[in-house]
Amino acid sequence: MTQDGFDPGAEATAATEAILASTMHGTARGVVVDSPPGAGKSTLVVRAARELAAAGERLMIVAQTNAQVDDLADRLATADPALPVGRLHGADSPPDPVLDRHPEVAKSASVADLRDRAVVIATAAKWAYVKDVEPWRHAIVDEAYQMRSDALLQVAGLFERALFVGDPGQLDPFSVVGAEQWAGLSWDPSASAVVTLLAHNPGLPQHRLPVSWRLPASAAPLVSRAFYPYTPFRSGTGHGDRRLAFGVRGDGGGVDRVLDEAAASGWGLLELPARHTPRTDPEAVRATAAVVRRLLDRGGSAYSERGADPAPLTADRIAVGTAHRDQAAAVRSALADIGVPAGAGGVAVDTANRLQGREFDVTVVLHPLSGRPDATAFHLETGRLCVLASRHRHACIVVCRAGVADLLDEHPSSEPVRLGVTVKFPDGWEANHAVLAHLAEHRVSWRP
Amino acid sequence: MSVMSVLARAEAVARGRAVPAATVRHRWVAPRPLVFVPLTTAGEAGAPLGAMIGTDRAEPTVLVVPQPLDRTLRFDFFAGLAAAVLPVVEEYADAVETEPATRNREETEVCSDAPQVIVPNGAALEYVRLLGRSTRYLRTVEDPDAPHPVPVPVPLLGRWLTHWAERARTPGSALLVAMTDLLTRHWATGQSAMEDQHLGGLLGWIDPPQGWDGAAAAARAQTGRDRDGLLFSPPAGPATDPVFDNRVLAPALERYDAAKAAGATGPLRVAEADVRRLVASQLQPTWDDVWHGVDLLRALPEGAHVAERWKRDRWSFTGHRDRVRAGEPPQPKRDDAVTAAQKLAGRETAQARLLAQEALDDPLVMAGRRLAGEAFAGTVLAVEMTYSEGRRPMPRPLLTLATSDIPQAEPGTKAYRAVPDAKSAQTAEVVSVAEAPGSGVLPAQRGGDEPGRTVVVRLTGGMGTGKVPREGSVPEVGEQVLFTLFAHEPRSGPALPDPEETPWTHGGPPGAAVADVPDTVTAEDFL
Repeated sequence: MTQDGFDPGAEATAATEAILASTMHGTARGVVVDSPPGAGKSTLVVRAARELAAAGERLMIVAQTNAQVDDLADRLATADPALPVGRLHGADSPPDPVLDRHPEVAKSASVADLRDRAVVIATAAKWAYVKDVEPWRHAIVDEAYQMRSDALLQVAGLFERALFVGDPGQLDPFSVVGAEQWAGLSWDPSASAVVTLLAHNPGLPQHRLPVSWRLPASAAPLVSRAFYPYTPFRSGTGHGDRRLAFGVRGDGGGVDRVLDEAAASGWGLLELPARHTPRTDPEAVRATAAVVRRLLDRGGSAYSERGADPAPLTADRIAVGTAHRDQAAAVRSALADIGVPAGAGGVAVDTANRLQGREFDVTVVLHPLSGRPDATAFHLETGRLCVLASRHRHACIVVCRAGVADLLDEHPSSEPVRLGVTVKFPDGWEANHAVLAHLAEHRVSWRP
Repeated sequence: MSVMSVLARAEAVARGRAVPAATVRHRWVAPRPLVFVPLTTAGEAGAPLGAMIGTDRAEPTVLVVPQPLDRTLRFDFFAGLAAAVLPVVEEYADAVETEPATRNREETEVCSDAPQVIVPNGAALEYVRLLGRSTRYLRTVEDPDAPHPVPVPVPLLGRWLTHWAERARTPGSALLVAMTDLLTRHWATGQSAMEDQHLGGLLGWIDPPQGWDGAAAAARAQTGRDRDGLLFSPPAGPATDPVFDNRVLAPALERYDAAKAAGATGPLRVAEADVRRLVASQLQPTWDDVWHGVDLLRALPEGAHVAERWKRDRWSFTGHRDRVRAGEPPQPKRDDAVTAAQKLAGRETAQARLLAQEALDDPLVMAGRRLAGEAFAGTVLAVEMTYSEGRRPMPRPLLTLATSDIPQAEPGTKAYRAVPDAKSAQTAEVVSVAEAPGSGVLPAQRGGDEPGRTVVVRLTGGMGTGKVPREGSVPEVGEQVLFTLFAHEPRSGPALPDPEETPWTHGGPPGAAVADVPDTVTAEDFL
């Protein structure tokens, strides 16, 4: 329990109980659960699935990517090895071999083979091909805010009622072609599934998970204030529960100073001199790689509530987040040049879209607006910054060119306002300013 | 913007002239396009001022509304437009060819060609949409209860305009295209994308007059004015130049109004001719510019997949022809949930197909994809024959390639290779990507084409069904090959439910919802 009498464990349990009560005994056809980053969404899905199965209900689970489906199936089978789980997959995309260790997980590309399973799990894209079957009584839709409305349209006929779980603060789904002609329609196919669902069923019970177990006490207040102003949440751990320490003293250089700042405060901003650069700014990319290199070289140890002994900060506990794929590629290549393994088993280097739902000890972020001459809607998107700033358990280090605050002031949001479209709060402009203002307190200026 | 397009724009600035952004023409340009240059009235949404339209550059049909606020005159304009457009549609509607039956489809007929409409710019394209929306529901003189009836063919015109405008949203379609979009696809200028929307300015960069440099020619087109203060190259965007509106058009309209009020036939005819001459003077430069653009595009060789995409446009035209002939009602105001999802899915597939086909048709586009790590070209260093496991082992040769590209591929990523004379691409999967020995310096520091990476791919298809790969289907050592990491023929997704099966999450079947409430604030709907 924290000093102000907030007991995160009790709060989270109460919220979970309320959600399960709505799901199991409620009369509404849908239940929506908003979950901030790292609030135990997957745990909730696993728990709800087990309880529904235990009550004798047949259940289908819809997730968005194959990785998410494999991960959920693995968690479900680990939590309840006797539960008959069916993993429905595409003919060209076999499931992760990690599922082979669970004898009760049946795998098939055809739903007919899995009709006897208590729980059948697949991606929305795969479910869309399932036709002419008797509907399931229950469904759980995971990452529902990242699911597009048209994807829900394709699968909603397969179930009678559903629990929709997701994080409203992350990246909205997108379409590669313009969808303005449907903006404002309640069934805009490019909108999020939850937006459509709630527009047509305004009375559905909505719950939220109040505690982030991932974000440290240093990060939760900022992320909550900047990205979830009307649905605040707290961290499950207090100040001092998590600590990052280095075995090697800093050499006094900019990179080491920002590491020390991040270890002490949870945040670090490595600010390079102002300059307009191409997207793959070589200096910023090299600085990002150097931060990772020093994180590893200095023998970081992560102390947390998970155990008395510190966990060594290894490459697989570090992520680098960027806005664009070519930036991620440039960082990977820069890391390879200085001998840091990236990819499977090494440092995860990816775009915000691909880091969604993942968790690391330390993240290094190449700021989306760094070195840009303009601030477009893409770079201002609230969800992008939120994903990048909420993947870490200990510390987040942002690499950025100076002058982003001025850039923001020169580019106020100018997206057209459309009738019938729910305005999202906060807008990306405001969220970016809030994060920048906070980072400014942890700034280390550095000229490479 | 990709690095390639930034570079192209920088080069254009340095040279003072647009540089090619494509080596072939990626869009269909019809032998006899229907060019349509509309003008709208400032400050009055959906009130046309005039238009030039026709398939013959020497003899455009000029339509002018001498008093744009007069509804009768506006309806006359619509009737004139219908008289110019519908005969062209009819011309194409009856020339058909037979499409043989396939597994999923019976033998059908498809129009052997379709009318292509070219407008000057994106705003004009949007105006076509607006005209379609404002005319397809109008009630005609055949309806005795209609308070303001229009000539009979006007709603039909609206349906065709709506169809063209809706089809134009499909990536790669060419039934209705904006000349500025066509030109910016094929040339990169040294000005911003916003400035590229001015057709005159854009042509200034692409084909400046003798002795002019691109920037100067563009500046003259955008802002140059004659002694009367009128633009040399009025935008016809479809908005008019405010100086023209204030100094020239407004007095002419006043003279027309005065003559009409006086009931004098002679002065009215003179005043009308005046407005007509003035509006035509604003249309003519843009009309000429559009045809100039057509000439420039025709000089480019056509991309290999352009005719295939045009065939989809012909299907689209045929489909709408059939709906009109079957007496179906005009397109609804709003799409229902299933239709909207269907359209979006179709367009996303079209977008993926377009991107793949443009890259396959054009080495310059493919260079951009290679630079982005989405494709790689190289020389075959070694071929090792391996076989798949299973009851019937199939050939799965391993190719080792040396490439100077940097493919962004994890092991297991699917790769595709275009094989000449084959129906579909050869499939493969990436086994490994490694730095070539002795590299480790950044590509920029190496020689440009010096191979920097070794890629191993396993061919998984396109080799026939036998135990021995079909002859010529496996590249040989020393051969140049190119693999893409994107599919060449993207598949469309699963079928959507019928509209009657719309689920509860999307409001249930259409029709159950409340019908539109008529506008209660204004006495009549003007649009």
